[in-house]
Amino acid sequence: MSQLKTWRELPVGGVIPGGATPEANKTGSWRSERPIWSEEKCIQCLQCWLHCPDDSILIKEEKVTGIDYEHCKGCGVCAGVCPKDAIEMVPERGE
Amino acid sequence: MKKTMTGHKAVAEAMRQIEPDVVAVYPITPQSEIAEYYAQYVHDGLVHTELVPVESEHSAMSACVGAAAAGARVMTATASQGLALMIEVVYIAASMRLPIVMALANRALSGPINIHCDHSDAYLARDAGAVHIFAESAQEAYDWMIMAQRIAEHEKVRLPVVVNLDGFTLTHSVQVVEPLPDEEVKRFVGEFKPLYPLLDVDNPSTWGPFAMPDYYFELKRAQQAGMEEVPAVFLEVQEEYRKLSGRPYRGFFEAYKLDDAERAIVIMGSTAGTAKVVVDELRKQGEKVGLLKVWLWRPFPREEVVKALSHVDRVAVLDRALSFGNMGALYLDITSAFVHQDRRPGFVNYIYGLGGRDTTVDHIHQVFEELESARPGELRYLGLRE
Amino acid sequence: MKEIRWHGRGGQGAKTVSQILAQINLREGKHVQSFPEYGPERSGAPVRAYNRISDEEILIHSGVYHPDISVVIDETLLDSENPTEGLSPKGALLVNTKRSPEEVRKLTGYSGEIICLDADKIAQEAGTGFPNVPMLGATVAVLGTDPKLAEEELKETLSHRLPPEVVEKNLQAFRAGYEAAKGARDVPA
Repeated sequence: MSQLKTWRELPVGGVIPGGATPEANKTGSWRSERPIWSEEKCIQCLQCWLHCPDDSILIKEEKVTGIDYEHCKGCGVCAGVCPKDAIEMVPERGE
Repeated sequence: MKKTMTGHKAVAEAMRQIEPDVVAVYPITPQSEIAEYYAQYVHDGLVHTELVPVESEHSAMSACVGAAAAGARVMTATASQGLALMIEVVYIAASMRLPIVMALANRALSGPINIHCDHSDAYLARDAGAVHIFAESAQEAYDWMIMAQRIAEHEKVRLPVVVNLDGFTLTHSVQVVEPLPDEEVKRFVGEFKPLYPLLDVDNPSTWGPFAMPDYYFELKRAQQAGMEEVPAVFLEVQEEYRKLSGRPYRGFFEAYKLDDAERAIVIMGSTAGTAKVVVDELRKQGEKVGLLKVWLWRPFPREEVVKALSHVDRVAVLDRALSFGNMGALYLDITSAFVHQDRRPGFVNYIYGLGGRDTTVDHIHQVFEELESARPGELRYLGLRE
Repeated sequence: MKEIRWHGRGGQGAKTVSQILAQINLREGKHVQSFPEYGPERSGAPVRAYNRISDEEILIHSGVYHPDISVVIDETLLDSENPTEGLSPKGALLVNTKRSPEEVRKLTGYSGEIICLDADKIAQEAGTGFPNVPMLGATVAVLGTDPKLAEEELKETLSHRLPPEVVEKNLQAFRAGYEAAKGARDVPA
């Protein structure tokens, strides 16, 4: 864990300059199930990317390339919306 | 130029001259005319303010918080139940260090429902983290609104400031007010320099994040540090305003004939004026009486109050609100400031003027008379049918 | 310091003339206060308004309990509102009535100066219908304020909200009220 700041070091009003705190906050460890994406079955409809509440479907040049396991909380929405069962939820058994 | 105007109009005039970017306000007696005047100014094109006619005071303060975080100069006004409804957001505005200036037309809190003046609404907001200033007259309300803007926005402070003016007694009565020229007020308040404005999309920032036990405490301590900066900034702004206006603003409170006083009254708001009349009358009879009128209530100027009152034999502290189950809040402020002093006056607490009960010259005479023999530490009620 | 109490009914303009009087007194260099009896406004209900006029800064912020002048805009309030309550015996009671000062004295038991004028009739003749402005004229007469200066202020303030012909009618009503009060007593202009 990084060193906690003293009260004198905090920006006025508890503002976080630069924003985008979720990036720094790794939530992947919250997962009990992990989505496994199959490139073969995927038709690149991007429904998973549209629905992911944590912005954890990785995209390159408008194509799904994988899943951001540092932030994916394993909610399973992507697997639910996938029309081709290209995402399968499997139990986490530790990394 | 001297003009006749109500306290409402005086506050609205100050707001017009300051011309904030956003005013979010919901009307409530006895504040309504402030909102009405300002809406008229917007309609007439006298100001370029975005007036947000919200559906409640909770929304008013929420809109103020959003607009201030976006980088706007923001003002609002309310009273009594309106403040009670917005209070949770006042705490948030203070914790986000947003320099929102609010006129509070002091009115008794329900129940029973009442529209008249006392300070129970201000007392409700005492610990919210806003700076509190009390005005004695419409002129003072005007002046403090302008000074409040500078205090609130000072880079070291960055806190909401509440300018308290007695409902009806000040808001609805026509008095003589001498406003400053528009351009002088504009120059005095200057440009607002927002910190981390949300509308600066090239430099995004996160406002109002969740704080766990690992950071909440530090953030509150940092907020207190903003409050600790207020006294120095208050004096600096006040001095500049005194030079600009020629009006005698000097210090955190007005010490009226206090230097050699043996008996004194401590009070906030318009009744201070009535008390001055009595001080003058008694002085003419050779009685050594004086008055301390609090301008800056939060943060409370403890050390200066001690200096100003330590030579006095008997002090009556007049609170215009009850703090149920204890002495009045102002009384506790004053007496706790003296707790480590060897030389201290005998203090008596009076609760007065609840729900608009008029406090007359006779009542103030009664206080000075009773002070001679009253038992220190006593809680009394002024103008109450016993 | 002089204190004035106005007695009217909601909608008759007691508060309005109280405020205009404050403007007149400020124009002559006085310190002033004007305030209505605080409360929810109700059309037709008895209302009171007050003025303080002083050569020195007015610090007091309590109500007025011992006025020097009591002005009754609606005579029906003579019974119900006790307009002489606390009124200085060295002061003056101004009443909008067809009755004589003797009758009013009998009715009220007031020992000070009583000035009666038919402000309703004055207002009707002037074409305004509101007795408040003639009563303002009468009050200005009793105070000994320069009527020219008072008229200027009245004209200026009414011009903000009324068309010129209505302003002129009001000025007529004011003058007639002033003259009626002046005629009812010996007041230096």
